[in-house]
Amino acid sequence: MSTVQAKTTPHAVVTGVTRVFPGAGGRAPVHALGPVDLVLARGEFVSVVGPSGCGKSTLLEILAGLQPPSQGTLVFEDRPVCGQVPDGVGVVFQENAAFPWLTVRENIAFGLRRAGVDGAEVARRVEHALGLMGLADFARSYPAQLSGGMRQRVCIARTLVMQPRLVLLDEPFGALDQQTRLLMGDELLRLWRETGATVLLITHALDEAALLSDRVAVMSARPGRFLDMVETGWPADRDSRLVEDPRLGAISARLWSRLREESLKAMSTGEAAR
Amino acid sequence: MVTRSLLRPLLDAIVLVAVVTLAWQGLYEYAGDVALTPPLETVSLALDLLGSARFWPHVRETGLAVAQGLAIAVLGGLSIGLTLGIHRLSGEVAEPILVALYSIPKITLYPVILLIFGIGMPAKVAFGAIHGIIPIIIFSMNAMRNIHPVYLKTARVMRLGPLPLATRVLLPAALPEVFTGLRVGFALTLVGTLMGEMFGSQRGIGFMLMRAMGSHDMATIMSVTLLLVLFATLVSVALLVVDRRLHRFG
Repeated sequence: MSTVQAKTTPHAVVTGVTRVFPGAGGRAPVHALGPVDLVLARGEFVSVVGPSGCGKSTLLEILAGLQPPSQGTLVFEDRPVCGQVPDGVGVVFQENAAFPWLTVRENIAFGLRRAGVDGAEVARRVEHALGLMGLADFARSYPAQLSGGMRQRVCIARTLVMQPRLVLLDEPFGALDQQTRLLMGDELLRLWRETGATVLLITHALDEAALLSDRVAVMSARPGRFLDMVETGWPADRDSRLVEDPRLGAISARLWSRLREESLKAMSTGEAAR
Repeated sequence: MVTRSLLRPLLDAIVLVAVVTLAWQGLYEYAGDVALTPPLETVSLALDLLGSARFWPHVRETGLAVAQGLAIAVLGGLSIGLTLGIHRLSGEVAEPILVALYSIPKITLYPVILLIFGIGMPAKVAFGAIHGIIPIIIFSMNAMRNIHPVYLKTARVMRLGPLPLATRVLLPAALPEVFTGLRVGFALTLVGTLMGEMFGSQRGIGFMLMRAMGSHDMATIMSVTLLLVLFATLVSVALLVVDRRLHRFG
C-alpha cells in the first residue's frame, strides 16, 4: 500500500468532462460520456474498464487532446489541454498503427526524427527499444511480415522512445491471444517501472486490469460515468505470476459485480442503454 | 517473394499471347485473307514495318502526343484527386460527376475538342489527357479517403505539421492505390490519343491505321495493331510489377 500512497502529485486532472456527439441527419445527439472526474497521480498505473460503447476510448482521446470535450476541463502538468496533443503524452491504439511502408526500425525512429532529435541519439534510443521489446532481429522487417503481437510491440516501442511522461493505451492487447496478453502485460509493467511514466490503460479484460493496475476505474454503460474505483494494493514489482494469488480473483470478482448489470444494459436496446 | 512477383505477370502475359495467337490463327482459317493476316505473316510484316522509313515519323508523333497527354493527366489528375480526397465535401460533390464523365464515350466530345484546338497535335493531346485524367482523379481521391484513420491519429500524437503530415504519412499511405490509378491512366491516355489521331489528324499511328482502313490495307492494319498490343502489354507488365511491389506491404 505504501507505493500507492506515495503517488499523490496530480499529473493529469479531468474535471466534469462530458462528450455529446451532435446528431447527424436528423437523429438525436448521442451523449457518449460523463460527466467524469479523474485524477491521475504522477507515476501511477490506472486502468479503466467498462461495457462496450461506454465511452472509454472517447475518454482516452479527450485526455490525449485528440478530440475536444463538450464540457469540462483537462489539465496535464498544470497546463490546460485544448485542441492538440500536449508534449509528453504518448498514445498506443488498439488497431495496428505501424506504418506499413516503413521497416520496424524506421517506424520506431519516426517520431524522434520528426521531432528533430539528433541522429546519434535517435540511433541510441531505437537500438535500446529494439532490444527491450525483443525486436532486434526484425529491425529490417516490414510490419506486414510480423505477427499481431510483434506489430503492437513496434507501436509501443515507437511511443516509448519519445519518452512520454503520460502513456495512454487504448485496448492495446485487444487483438492478441491470452498467453501473449499476459506476456505483453509483463513487458508493459517492466517498462512502466523503468520509465516512471504515468499509465492509463483502457481495457475490456477485467483480469488484465486487476493484475496490471494500481487502481481500476469501473465505468457505467453509456453515457459512461465512474461507478467505482478499486485499489489493488499490488507492489510495484508485480508480474503475471499474480494469477496464482487469490486476491486477484477477489479483485476481478468485485469489478464484475459492479459491471454485470451495466454490461446487460449495454447489450440491450439503445433505448435502454440511455 | 521478389522472383515470384516478377515471374507471375510475365507468365500470365505468355499464356495470354499463346491463347490470342491460337484464336487469331483459327479466325484466319475461318475468315481468310479479306479480313485479316495470319499471325506468322503479321510478325514478319511488323518486322518490315519496324525497318521502314515511313513508320518512324508516325511513332514519334504519337509518342510525343501520348507523353504530353500523360503529363497533363498525371499532374492534373494527382493534384485534383488528392485535393478532392482531402476535402471531403468537394470529393462527395465531385464523385458522381466524375463517374458520369468516366462512363460516357468521350468520342462524343471529340467534335467540340477539334473546334477548340483545331486539327493537329493539341487536339490529340487534349483527347488523350481527358481519357487518362479521370481514372487518375478517381483512384487518387479514393486513395486519400481510404487512409486508415489510425495513421492520422498517430501523426497528431507525434505532433506533425501539415507538410510532414502530407509527405511522410498521407502520400506514402496513399501511394499503392495512386499508382494503380496511374497504371489505368496510362492505358487510357494511349487509347485516347490513338482515337484522337484516327479522326481529324494528318500524322501518327492512329492516322496510319485509319488511312490503311480506307484503302483496305490489311497488312498495315494488322502489323501496326500487333506492335501496339506488344508495346501496351510490355508497359502494362512493367507497371504491374511495380504495382504489386507497392501493394505487398499494404
